[in-house]
Amino acid sequence: MCDGAYPAARGGVDCLPVVRRSDYALSSGGERVSDYREQEVALATGRLRVLCGGDGPPLVLLHHSWGGAGWSPFHVALASHFSVFAFDMPGYGGSERPEWAREPRDLAIIVARAIRQAAPGAVTLLGSGLGGFVAAELAVMNAVPLHALVLVGAAGVKPEAGEIMDQMMMSHADYARASCRDDAHFARVFGDPPGDDMKQLWDFSREMTARVTWKPYMFSRRLPPLLADLRVPTLLVWGGEDRVVPPECGAAYAARIPGARLEVVAGAGHLVEFEEPARVAALVAGLSRGAGAAGAAA
Amino acid sequence: MFVGYFTERPYQDPESGYFGATGRSIMDLGMSNGAYNPRLGADLYHRYLDEKLYAEEMGFDGLMLNEHHSTPFCMGQVANVEAAILARITKRAKIVLLGNVLPIWDDPLWLAEELAQIDMISRGRLVTGWVRGTGRESIAHNAQPPYNWERFQEAHDFIVAAWTRPGPFRWEGEHYHYRYVNPWSRPYQQPHPPIWIPGVMSRNTVAWAARHRYPYVMLATDLGPTKESFDYYAQVAREHGYEAGTQHRSYLLKVHVDETEEKAQEVGRKFIDGPSNPFLEGNQGNIRPFLQNLPGMTSRTQLLPTVNVRAAARSRGRTEADAAGGAGPPPPPDKSAAYREQQERLSIVTGTPDTVIPKLRTMLETIRPGSVFFWDGDGAMDHDDAMRSLRLMGQEVLPALREIGKELDLKGPFEIDPATNAPVVGRNEAAGDAR
Repeated sequence: MCDGAYPAARGGVDCLPVVRRSDYALSSGGERVSDYREQEVALATGRLRVLCGGDGPPLVLLHHSWGGAGWSPFHVALASHFSVFAFDMPGYGGSERPEWAREPRDLAIIVARAIRQAAPGAVTLLGSGLGGFVAAELAVMNAVPLHALVLVGAAGVKPEAGEIMDQMMMSHADYARASCRDDAHFARVFGDPPGDDMKQLWDFSREMTARVTWKPYMFSRRLPPLLADLRVPTLLVWGGEDRVVPPECGAAYAARIPGARLEVVAGAGHLVEFEEPARVAALVAGLSRGAGAAGAAA
Repeated sequence: MFVGYFTERPYQDPESGYFGATGRSIMDLGMSNGAYNPRLGADLYHRYLDEKLYAEEMGFDGLMLNEHHSTPFCMGQVANVEAAILARITKRAKIVLLGNVLPIWDDPLWLAEELAQIDMISRGRLVTGWVRGTGRESIAHNAQPPYNWERFQEAHDFIVAAWTRPGPFRWEGEHYHYRYVNPWSRPYQQPHPPIWIPGVMSRNTVAWAARHRYPYVMLATDLGPTKESFDYYAQVAREHGYEAGTQHRSYLLKVHVDETEEKAQEVGRKFIDGPSNPFLEGNQGNIRPFLQNLPGMTSRTQLLPTVNVRAAARSRGRTEADAAGGAGPPPPPDKSAAYREQQERLSIVTGTPDTVIPKLRTMLETIRPGSVFFWDGDGAMDHDDAMRSLRLMGQEVLPALREIGKELDLKGPFEIDPATNAPVVGRNEAAGDAR
C-alpha cells in the first residue's frame, strides 16, 4: 500500500471477516447453499479477498457500495451456471485499502489485475451499483478479455432527470431500506434487524466509498464517452422501482453501449438481484449462452 | 492569565417559526434558508460586533470568533470578515479565530492572504486557530471527510510556509498544488501569528498540537475529561522533550453574570433556548448522527476522554443511535434537568459575581488553564442580557479572576511563549501579558 505524506485518520480495523448470515443457509429456492471457498489475490497494491464457488465458465462479481454480502442466495443462483469469483473490491471487506485510490477507475485497474490472476482468460463481468460503475470502467479499459458484461443498477452515468440517491446524507439503515422494494425485502436481504456484522460492513464500506466517489458522487463525466467503443455482449438489469440509481441510467447505458440489452424487472428495487436472485441469474446465464453461441458462430 | 469573550452569534428570528413558535423542524442541516431574513441578519451582525467592542472596553484580552456553515446557530460563516472589521474598530484586544475550518478550504493560499491582511490591519493582534470541522462543514463545502485530517495537516504546513518562506516557491503536495506561491501580504507578527488549536474529541489533534507546541483550547467540555485530555497533551509534550504548562492549556466555558441570582438563573436558561448550538444539552435542535460522524472523518480509535461528555458525544453521533441506525430524532430533552445538570458540572456557570467567582476558581484550580474564554450572549439571550453580563464581568469578575490567576500562577501564552516556555518579552504587549 502506498501511504501519503500525511498520516490519515484510520479506524482500528483494516479488513472485515466475511458476512455469514445463518439465513443464507437456504437459497430462496429452498435448496442447500453450495460451498464456497475464500481465496486471496496478492498484488503489489494490496491483498484482495475473493469468494469462489460453483461450476461453469468464470463469472466475476463486483458488489454494491455497502460491501460484499457474503455468499448470498444470488451467489448461489449464479453458482449453478458459473464458476463465481466474488471479489471484495479494494478497500472493502477483506481487501486491503489502497490509500492512494481516489476514484472508481483506480479500483477498476486493481480489480483487472486481480482478475487476470484469479481467472485467466475471458470472463463474464457482473457489477452492481458502485460495482457496476467499476465494472464499466474496467470494461472500457480492455484490460481483461470479457465474455460478457452485466451491469445491475449500475452507477457511473449521471441521470438527466433524476438523481442518484446520496447515501452520505442518510443513515446506513435508511439507505439500505431505500435500496429495497419494500420492508419485507429489506428484512430478507439484510436481516431484521440487521446484524452487527452487517452494520459494521455498512460503516466500513461507506468510508471507502467516500474516498473514491464523493465529488462527483457516483458518476464520472469521463466514462460515458468511452462506452460507445465497447464491443462486448452487454446486459443491463434494473429494478423498475430503483430509487437509488434511476432506471433512466440503465437506458443511458443502453443507448451508449452498442447492442446492449436493458431488462427492467417490474416492481423490483435497486437490489433487484437480491430480491429476485434466480430470475436475474437466469438472465445472466442466458446472455452468457448467447454470447457463447455468437462467439462460436463468428 | 488571558481572558477572552465569545458568542456563537446565533441567528435569532422569532418570526421564523423554527424556534418553538410553530413547531417547524429544527433538524440540523434540515432547515431551508428560504426563511432567512437578511435585514435581521444585518441587525444581528451589528449587535454582535457592538458587543465585542464593549467586551474590549470591559477589559477582555481577547475577542473570540468561530466559523460554522449552513446552520442558524452560528452566523460566522465568514468569520474572517468579522475579524477584519474588529481589526479596524478595536484597539487593544486580540482577535482570536477559533477557528477556520482548514480541511474545507480548497485554496488555503487565499486563507493565508486573508489572515495576513487581518493581522496587518489589527497591527499584530490576530491569533489564528484551526479546526477540522464538525461534519456539517464538510457537507456544506463538500470536502471529502476521509481526507479531512490529511488536508488539515497539509493546509497548516502550507499556510505556515506561505507566511514564512520568501516567495515565490512551488508547492506540490498531496492535496494542494501551487505553481506560484508569493502572496503580496505577509503577517504583521513575525514569524507568524500565534496558532491555537481548539477541539473536543480527537486524540490525533491533541497529539499534533502538542508536537507543534500549540496551545489547545478545550471547547466547553466537562472538567474531569478536560483535565484528562490536557494530561494526554502533557504526556505527548514530554515525549517531545518539553513540559506543557498553563500557557498550553486553554478552556472555553459558558458564563453568564447578572444583577440578581433570580435574573441570572432566568437568563442563563437561554443558553439552551432558541437557536443555540445543537451540541448543547437540552436545546431544541436535533442532530443527525450520520452527518456528524461522517465516514473516515475521525479515527474511531483515537478519541479523547471528552468524547464521552454527553453533548460532544451526541453531536458526533456516538450515543443514542449508532452510525448505522435510523434518522429518527431523539426524545425531547428535559430542559430543566439539562440546565440544572450542566450547572452542577460547571458546564454552565451563571449567577451574580459573588456566586460565579468561586465556581470559576474551582474550574481554574481543576484544569489550570493559562487562558479562558467566557461564552455568553448565546441561545435566546438578547443584546441587553449580553451587555449587562459584560458590564458585571468587567466590573467585578475579571479583576477577581486575574487575582486568582496570579495566586495560582496561571500564565497565559502571551506571558510564557508556548513555543519555548520562555517569558515573552517585547512583542505582543497589547493584551493579557501587560496585566
